[in-house]
Amino acid sequence: MSRVILINMIRFMALLFFQVFLLKNMGYYNLATPFLYILFIMLLPFGIPNWLLFVLAFITGCTVDAFYDTAGVNAAACTVLAMVRVIFISITVQREGFDNEPEPNLAVMNFRWFFFYTFVLTIFHHTTLFLLETFNFDEIQYTITRILLSSAFTIVLILVYEFIFSTKKAR
Amino acid sequence: MRNLWIFLSKYSAFFFFIIFFVCSVTMVVKNNSYQHATFINSSATVVGEAYARINGYKSYLNLKEKADLLAAENAALRQQLKTSFYYDSVTQRTVKDTLTKQQYTYIVARVVNNSVNQKDNFLTIDRGTRHGIGKDMGVVTANGVVGIIRNVNERYATISSLLNSETHVSATVAGTNAFGSLIWGIGNSDPTIAILQDIPNHIIVKPGQKVVTTSQSTLFPAGHPIGTVKRINRNSGGSFWDIEVKLSTNFATLEYVYVVNNLFAAEQKQLEAENNKVK
Repeated sequence: MSRVILINMIRFMALLFFQVFLLKNMGYYNLATPFLYILFIMLLPFGIPNWLLFVLAFITGCTVDAFYDTAGVNAAACTVLAMVRVIFISITVQREGFDNEPEPNLAVMNFRWFFFYTFVLTIFHHTTLFLLETFNFDEIQYTITRILLSSAFTIVLILVYEFIFSTKKAR
Repeated sequence: MRNLWIFLSKYSAFFFFIIFFVCSVTMVVKNNSYQHATFINSSATVVGEAYARINGYKSYLNLKEKADLLAAENAALRQQLKTSFYYDSVTQRTVKDTLTKQQYTYIVARVVNNSVNQKDNFLTIDRGTRHGIGKDMGVVTANGVVGIIRNVNERYATISSLLNSETHVSATVAGTNAFGSLIWGIGNSDPTIAILQDIPNHIIVKPGQKVVTTSQSTLFPAGHPIGTVKRINRNSGGSFWDIEVKLSTNFATLEYVYVVNNLFAAEQKQLEAENNKVK
């Protein structure tokens, strides 16, 4: 239990550091901006109670907002992400058959499930994020382009991260 | 209470979602100047739109007062038009003609009150004794007969229009000499139809023929149009037609009427009164 908490804290720190100091400066002409930090919320254990999930998601979002100077935008997106996560997992995963606090990562789940999971959650997060940031529907095509390109970027980064860290553990 | 708690915990994710999402969106709108401005602006747009709508609906409520005001203003302006004074000046001008003698003069009047849907319909005009109007004068428009002056005071006069069961006008079908009387209101409340009675049924009448005034009344000049024959019904058991006449005057839209002043009416009436006295 304490190990799970420790791992998640380290992951939180590392991902936020990576996000704020590296990925914030990356991007493709403001069209594709990756948000890798959502991986922290996605990788929280299956058994986490809902209230803790939402609180953690909200805090993560607020922290990122603090660095991005966009009060509330990421927090809202992370809240949506947490909600979608709860629904997605309740639909696709049976709670039984897991021992000691598994995480929804590539080591535990198969690739197809994980890719789908990443895809859906990222799309929802980015849609909320960019819509809230733009806050109008006037340039909806531009916003959709940003959502799709950024999602692709984020998904690629998440998969790369997972291939580096998770599969190794499984072996 | 327990059920409520079970319900809340069952859908806890959703309620957490609502709480946190509302919190964060509030933060977005409150703390980010761009979103704040946009939010305020769009709310202002929505609110402004709503107010505009409501004002639009509200304006219907006092439409009547406004319409009255406009009509009054129209009438006031119309009063200043030349046409409003035209016939007045005619009555005052006397044509010295020794060959023919003017029998009828016309006084223009504006209808200030009107009804067509009552059992007995009256009109009020804005001319009275000071303009030379007296009781039992005929009232016409260019299209047709309107009615008979019923009561007069100094400035106003009331007309019992053709759409009044007490108004009887002597009328004939143009081209025949038979005369009957035009009535309205007995089993007929259509403001466009009157009944011409007492035309003997040996006279051939066809729909479309004109119905005009006769020379037998002192009210109207002979031959003034009243309407056209619409349908001819045989009066059961009698030897007279019941002719439905489509009135050529549109009573619903009457605005200006002409009061017929028969200069010889007094003479004729006096003579006829002497007749009665002898009896």
